[in-house]
Amino acid sequence: MHWSKSTPAVLFAVISIAVPAQQAPPAPAGRFVVVLDAAHGGDDAGGRLDSGQLEKAANLALSVRLRSLLGARGMQVVTTRESDTSVEMNKRAETANHAKAGVCLSLHSAESGSGVHLFASSLSPEPSTRFPAWKSAQAAWVTQSLAFAGVLNSALGHAGFKVTLGRTALPGVDSMTCPALAVEIGPQRGDDNKISAEPDDPDYQSRVAASLAAAILQWRTEARQP
Amino acid sequence: MIPRYQKILFAILLIASLAMGVLLWQLRERAHKRLVAGEASAPTKAPEVAPAEQATLVAANDADNSLVPQVHSLPLPADPGARARAVLGRLLDLYADPEATHPVPGGAASVAQVFLLPLSGKAKSHTPDALLAVVNLSGNFAAGHPSGLQTETLTLDSICATLRANLPRVVEVQFLVDGQQRATLAGHADLTRTYLTAEATPIEGTTP
Repeated sequence: MHWSKSTPAVLFAVISIAVPAQQAPPAPAGRFVVVLDAAHGGDDAGGRLDSGQLEKAANLALSVRLRSLLGARGMQVVTTRESDTSVEMNKRAETANHAKAGVCLSLHSAESGSGVHLFASSLSPEPSTRFPAWKSAQAAWVTQSLAFAGVLNSALGHAGFKVTLGRTALPGVDSMTCPALAVEIGPQRGDDNKISAEPDDPDYQSRVAASLAAAILQWRTEARQP
Repeated sequence: MIPRYQKILFAILLIASLAMGVLLWQLRERAHKRLVAGEASAPTKAPEVAPAEQATLVAANDADNSLVPQVHSLPLPADPGARARAVLGRLLDLYADPEATHPVPGGAASVAQVFLLPLSGKAKSHTPDALLAVVNLSGNFAAGHPSGLQTETLTLDSICATLRANLPRVVEVQFLVDGQQRATLAGHADLTRTYLTAEATPIEGTTP
């Protein structure tokens, strides 16, 4: 089927897959909303960490820690899940878009690599449109997401974490209409490459969460400057 | 009253049908025996070994999230599809080493097929001889792949970059697992989208 030859079909398709953020209730004026998306959950366990814990549990623990720190700094936090429940990818993006998030972090844990891995969407930057396609809505925000990655990279680096940056195609993040990143916590390794802290280590998670909170605070401050 | 000639005709047709049925059954049995015998028999002709050529494998490194080109010498068939499968097989052999910088079990057998399809007419931005590579991975490879954003992304990017390095006409890559479309490789990296090889260029640093 050649969609380009069927204008009514194209119009219908564009309207039907338009980002629902346009219909979202506006966030309270002046509030900076942070959306925390603890990846996986419910039937989707994600990976298994060397400690034996499932990735979904480690992600949720990090989300709870970060939520507390951000709340203490006066930021409104919206989470995609608060317990071990299944949440569809589209629902996660819908939550972020409806909240008109200032930033969104998709939180992951993994046993591979080391330190903190920051991923921005691999979509090419595109100008903002009124009805962006659902699967590539993040394209209009990629430039800001990359700038946000720079702020997180700086904060985590100053805190002594090894940080790697990358681009990836991640359903959910690609549909978000805000500066959005996937943050994956890998194990902390020493100079001899031996693991000194697992991704689900409470102290390690707390230190990462503190750095992320400081970076988000800085991002909010910079965003509000004229 | 049925005419006599019709009875004779019916009898002839019935006998012919039965005879054809018996013949078909015998032919089927013969073909089956020939297939079984062929599978069990030793090769009568030595396999042709392709000459060794230089191939660039863009290998991933989990430590710094990099993709680094490495030149290897390996037998490369003339057929582009087989050639693509050979270089990807060697790349995944590197990853199967327990000491690999990007350890992923499976090895060369993880690449079941690589199909190269012309893209002409589908995307105006591509050259007329541009190709789409459809990489069919084995289910065992996907099941054994470590779960994680970084490791899954590096695997897909290194496959795309290796294809680009050795078959520059390949500009787009799609992935299948056991011949079927699959949502993610191991829970994270999206396998439903089409990857552009130009976006998977070797990177040494950590700049996004």
